Amino acid sequence: MQLSVWTYEGPPHVGAMRVATAMEGMHYLLHAPQGDTYADLLFTMIERRGKRPPVTYTTFEARDLGKDTAQLFQDAARDAAARFQPQAMMVGASCTAELIQDDPAGLSEAMDLPCPVIPLELPSYQRKENWGAAESFYQIVRTLADRKVKRAPREGRRPLVNLLGPTALGFRHRDDLVEIRKILDALGVDIHLEAPLGASPQGITQIGAADFNIVLYPEIGDEAARWLEREFGQPAVRTVPIGVSATRAFIAEVAELAEVDPTSALGDDSARMPWWSRSVDSNYLTGKRVFIFGDATHAVAAAKIAHEELGFKVCGLGCYNREFARDIRAAAKLYDVEPLITDDHMAVEDAIMAAQPELVLGTQMERHIAKRLGMPCAVISSPVHVQDFPARHSPQMGFEGANVIFDTWVHPLVMGLEEHLLTMFRDDFEFSDEAGPSHHAAHAPKKPQASAALQSAEPEAPAPTVAPVEAANDTIWTAEAERELKKIPFFVRGKARRNTENFAADQGRSEIDLDTLYDAKAHYAR
Amino acid sequence: MNALPPASGCAPELATLERAPILRERGQREVFCGLTGIIWLHRKMQDAFFLVVGSRTCAHLLQSAAGVMIFAEPRFATAIMEERDLAGMVDAQDELDRVVTKLLARRPDIKTLFLVGSCPSEVIKLDLAKAAERLGTKYNPSVRILNYSGSGIETTFTQGEDACLASLVPEMPAGDPSGEKELLIVGSLPDIVEDQFMRLFDQIGIKRVGALPARQASDLPNLGPQTRYLLAQPFLAETAMALEGRGAQRLDALFPFGAEGTTAWLQAAAREFGIDEMHFNSVIAGPRERAKRAIEHSAAQLNGKRISFLPDSQLEVPLARFLNQELAMEPVEIGTPYLHRTHLARELELLPQSARLSEGQHVDRQLDRVREDKPDLTVCGLGLANPLEAEGFATKWAIELVFSPIHGFEQAGDLAELFARPLRRRDVLRV
Repeated sequence: MQLSVWTYEGPPHVGAMRVATAMEGMHYLLHAPQGDTYADLLFTMIERRGKRPPVTYTTFEARDLGKDTAQLFQDAARDAAARFQPQAMMVGASCTAELIQDDPAGLSEAMDLPCPVIPLELPSYQRKENWGAAESFYQIVRTLADRKVKRAPREGRRPLVNLLGPTALGFRHRDDLVEIRKILDALGVDIHLEAPLGASPQGITQIGAADFNIVLYPEIGDEAARWLEREFGQPAVRTVPIGVSATRAFIAEVAELAEVDPTSALGDDSARMPWWSRSVDSNYLTGKRVFIFGDATHAVAAAKIAHEELGFKVCGLGCYNREFARDIRAAAKLYDVEPLITDDHMAVEDAIMAAQPELVLGTQMERHIAKRLGMPCAVISSPVHVQDFPARHSPQMGFEGANVIFDTWVHPLVMGLEEHLLTMFRDDFEFSDEAGPSHHAAHAPKKPQASAALQSAEPEAPAPTVAPVEAANDTIWTAEAERELKKIPFFVRGKARRNTENFAADQGRSEIDLDTLYDAKAHYAR
Repeated sequence: MNALPPASGCAPELATLERAPILRERGQREVFCGLTGIIWLHRKMQDAFFLVVGSRTCAHLLQSAAGVMIFAEPRFATAIMEERDLAGMVDAQDELDRVVTKLLARRPDIKTLFLVGSCPSEVIKLDLAKAAERLGTKYNPSVRILNYSGSGIETTFTQGEDACLASLVPEMPAGDPSGEKELLIVGSLPDIVEDQFMRLFDQIGIKRVGALPARQASDLPNLGPQTRYLLAQPFLAETAMALEGRGAQRLDALFPFGAEGTTAWLQAAAREFGIDEMHFNSVIAGPRERAKRAIEHSAAQLNGKRISFLPDSQLEVPLARFLNQELAMEPVEIGTPYLHRTHLARELELLPQSARLSEGQHVDRQLDRVREDKPDLTVCGLGLANPLEAEGFATKWAIELVFSPIHGFEQAGDLAELFARPLRRRDVLRV
């Protein structure tokens, strides 16, 4: 048993639901008790879908156990087939139904349903949501793909590609697809099929007709892509185009497989991020320490952007999906950090506290952790929240995605010029600590202006009555050092205090005076 | 059953007509399981912790239903069963001991720990009563350890609270069985509402009043033959049986929704405790009038509007009565997961004969009826609300009725407003 408060991933059948809900003409019959229908609200509330997920829950109760749960399953299957008339039906069990071992695959096979059936075996007590989505998509492709489909000769036609991996409830999948379509259009490559999002079972049957595949979300699409590679000899593009250089590499890789000229797509002049990053205001981004956690694909991409395209320093890197731990380990080596592979958010919180980053890039889970710790944060990955489905176009992929990422990551930080102004005018009452950076609700100070002004004037006066302040680890701050600390801008003051106290403790100094403060500053200087 | 009267039949004839039989349905239920109650119960009992023994699905449900509303380390968690627990590679009881020990070490503030059964723990017949007894002995007296089931195979949504409160009943002290009568309010209410009721009972002249659940689970009220209890919630069948098993007597009343429901509810206690009618009326006159004034704000918006309830919390019948009695809404279908005929007897008497009552659910057929009935407002769960809105139906999220303070005089206006807002919003929007 694992003690868990919050989880990064749902059970595997929720992954299957994300695939079914993404598709048209698909239905998912889930052998499950009442209550498992909670998963519908993920789609209707978080993603604001205007349709119910195409899922029928058999809804067995305690009194059915050991009697007729199998009959219940078959009745529900017949009703769903008649009512929804799907082109194909996925059948499977949730965690509870797995225990009663009704064998949905065998039961549905025996029924001779009027449409193809895709039986799913998703072990709920071993696996999780992403794996469930990948396995479901793979089984759908394997069951439905018409193996007799042959690729037409390349002469006289544009190259054809499948986009694999986008699902319902995916982090920015909707907007990423728009950017990918733009790139492919510029390259003169036609999209044969996008799947699962928007695909129909009939469409899937023809999947073999494309020249190659693009795996946009490896967590979900790679399993199917590997099978397609074997079965139809379709090569796959595996570079995930998140960030400017990854987008360029992606374009080059697609162009090579498609045998087209990449120049038009590479020359996209909407890529503002490189100049935004080189402009002088971005100087202050240099060496900012970032902690990165999410699904492996987004975390690895974020680390590369942070390091190469924004000049940050990666001080922590991890993912919650063990299936992709190898990618994280390889990336962590590049940035010389310890990889963190865990689905325990409390372990992530500990790691963030230890790393003391200046920016956290994570999931909604890390957003809450950062909020509690008073750190700026931007969200880069699932698990999703209603805020991750903005009304506006907000991709992560392609050049526009890189523009969005620049804004999203940089805005939570104190702006460059503003940082200098805060330092220059920190004794001015309008720049008092209570005012804070202008985009953080500066105009609604927590305390009345007058008292804020008074407080900021106070440190100027000699304060012989100020008692020495006791630090967390029993070292004592002298009044003079404490006053000096107050002169440090508030947004780095906490860090300066902790660094100084750690330094004093390491050095065995029991009192922190001015010298200790500046010795520590020199010690930690980058 | 009587023959149908002619279509021109006048009101008195209609009143004698028996209600159409209750529609009982079986099929897919678009409702939460009983675990969901933990979300409000753990806020109410501030020294209690709820440990669900279940699967990743249970943890995901709690997190999705609670959302980020209460992110912080909450006083609930899930012990997620894994392959090794099921394959018998480890003893589930040992594992549970290990998890509980870890939890109690981290949270020394816990005074009551509920081990909450789930679908998978029920199916594998993991004996949580045995575990609670064993662990209870180990941690006695610093932590009381209880168990109940919130599994979806046995409980629907609010029935989880019923099971939880029933598990507290044996723990309640006996008090003085031959002493003065005591009043017990049963069903979790937001603190502010509970305080309002306590003030009113005090002014009415009933001095010995307790509440179940108590704010501190370690500080339970007395229970015995001296107890008269009022149900504040309509979904407490099992708790009521347990209370009566210890000699308590239920005071039959309307549920305290709206000015009329709240008056009737308080009055049932006042009569039982021999309070002078004049005095009672003088105490409640002010707040009752205030409630009516507050309700009046939504009257124009709701008057004559047709409303359907999809089954959710068992609050449907008393709420339909309130909306019909005090706001002249017309209930079309009142669906409820379970209809407790005795507890709801007075409510049912007041419902118009035209209202269709349904118990249980077959969600697809029920949605077909909604499409046919075309109500002005449909009360439903979160999984159905946006899809119905997209089809053009105005909806009210049922879950808000469970999470918001809606009982009593001072909340009557807010309760009416919850139904009026979606309709008003539709009138306002030009987009």
